[in-house]
Amino acid sequence: MKQTPLTAKHRALGAKMVEYAGFEMPVQYTGLVEEHLTVRSHVGIFDLTHMGELELTGSGALATVNMLSCNDASQLQVGEIQYGCLTNERGGIIDDILIYRTEQGFLLVVNAANTAKDYAWIKQHLQPETQLVDRSAETTLIAIQGPKSAPLVEEVLSLSVSGLRNYTFMEPEYKGVKVLLSRTGYTGEDGFELYFPNTFAEELWDAFLNQGEKYGVKPIGLGARDTLRLEARMPLYGNDIDDETTPLEAGLGRFVKLDKEFIGREAIQKQKEEGLRRRLVAFTMIDKGIPRHGYPLLSLDGQELGAVTSGTHSPSLDHPIGMGYVQVESAQPGTEILVQIRKNQARAKIIKGRFLA
Amino acid sequence: MSEKRLYTKEHEWVVVKGSIARIGVSDYAQNELGDIVFVELPSVGDVVEEGEGFAVLESVKAVSDVYAPVSGRVVAVNEALEDSPELINESPLDEGWIAEIEIDDTAQVGDLMSEQEYMEYLKGV
Repeated sequence: MKQTPLTAKHRALGAKMVEYAGFEMPVQYTGLVEEHLTVRSHVGIFDLTHMGELELTGSGALATVNMLSCNDASQLQVGEIQYGCLTNERGGIIDDILIYRTEQGFLLVVNAANTAKDYAWIKQHLQPETQLVDRSAETTLIAIQGPKSAPLVEEVLSLSVSGLRNYTFMEPEYKGVKVLLSRTGYTGEDGFELYFPNTFAEELWDAFLNQGEKYGVKPIGLGARDTLRLEARMPLYGNDIDDETTPLEAGLGRFVKLDKEFIGREAIQKQKEEGLRRRLVAFTMIDKGIPRHGYPLLSLDGQELGAVTSGTHSPSLDHPIGMGYVQVESAQPGTEILVQIRKNQARAKIIKGRFLA
Repeated sequence: MSEKRLYTKEHEWVVVKGSIARIGVSDYAQNELGDIVFVELPSVGDVVEEGEGFAVLESVKAVSDVYAPVSGRVVAVNEALEDSPELINESPLDEGWIAEIEIDDTAQVGDLMSEQEYMEYLKGV
């Protein structure tokens, strides 16, 4: 099992450690609900070093990215970030990624469990004059998320983030070394992600914890990361999206640019013309019970519609919520459906938009 | 009448009074599960077999079965848990009790661990 440069810190903080994507990672420190609510009300820091960072440089870098991502990376200026999906020939999602436009080329931030798969896929489709380097092992990633994240980041890094818009990044120096700070996250809150060399991992982690004390900072485990992203209705690769689901089915159509060429474009174009059969929807429970990954979803008259892909008891709402695929006929907001929870069928209602107000 | 608390390897506890076994989960179990947000109770009248999952505890993250430590018929459930599942975290051995089973055969409880044996067992978990 791989470790991050912060593993010893997590253990010292009393974290419960689990294996995730081949890494030993903290799933919680003091308690999932408390950590979740801290990010909603104050600020939390996350070790996300397990995530992959793949760098593309050279004159063919843009052509490579644009051949592989369903979004249009040619629209990006240096300092901007774009969400996109790598899709296979069937339009299925190989991974969902963030694409950073750097001066040298592109930095692709990929899901930990997919780093090796993505690397192989990109390598296989490299355009001429393009270099691919996996920076994952040398890069530490800390996320700082929550309403108090901006003042904390400003204080620790001695800079101003007032000009840093969402989905943009800057490359300030820390002790003479260039680091990458982006206004991005996976929680639905204002927040930042900071990429830097492993050598600074422990001191920066401690700096965020110590200087964040007055802002109520806490370390946040992967358990709360999952409930935070689910409340924000963000899909999780491997749960809500995978090689068999397309960006259109997953409700990611706004990130699909069919007016440019990319692998999977034809299949997605065809799906769009023929119409979707299923859609990823979000729902809240009407009856008691917590939806969980894999539980069947049924119509009120008992017809099978699909299955739950993510579900939990929302800590912010103190109410059970979920996402799952249903046949398009039943995907309209307001539709009531049934979740098969063990022996019971519990009513749920499909909602529009995010779970949080 | 003794009120010894006995334990299973799956971290349930049992207190037997006459032929009635009151059942809950241990402090270790509630701590491992984290914040309990939902409890699925059995119904009064259900007949359960020793080792059978007869109640379900859910934290935000996970679903865990509670296994019947004894065979018998459910004669009472702690309905307070339906609205206050957190009682299992706050008071696992008392207010967080889950159900009472009328035992088929009182001899069964001889297989369970004493409190001291359970504490020893936890050291190896």
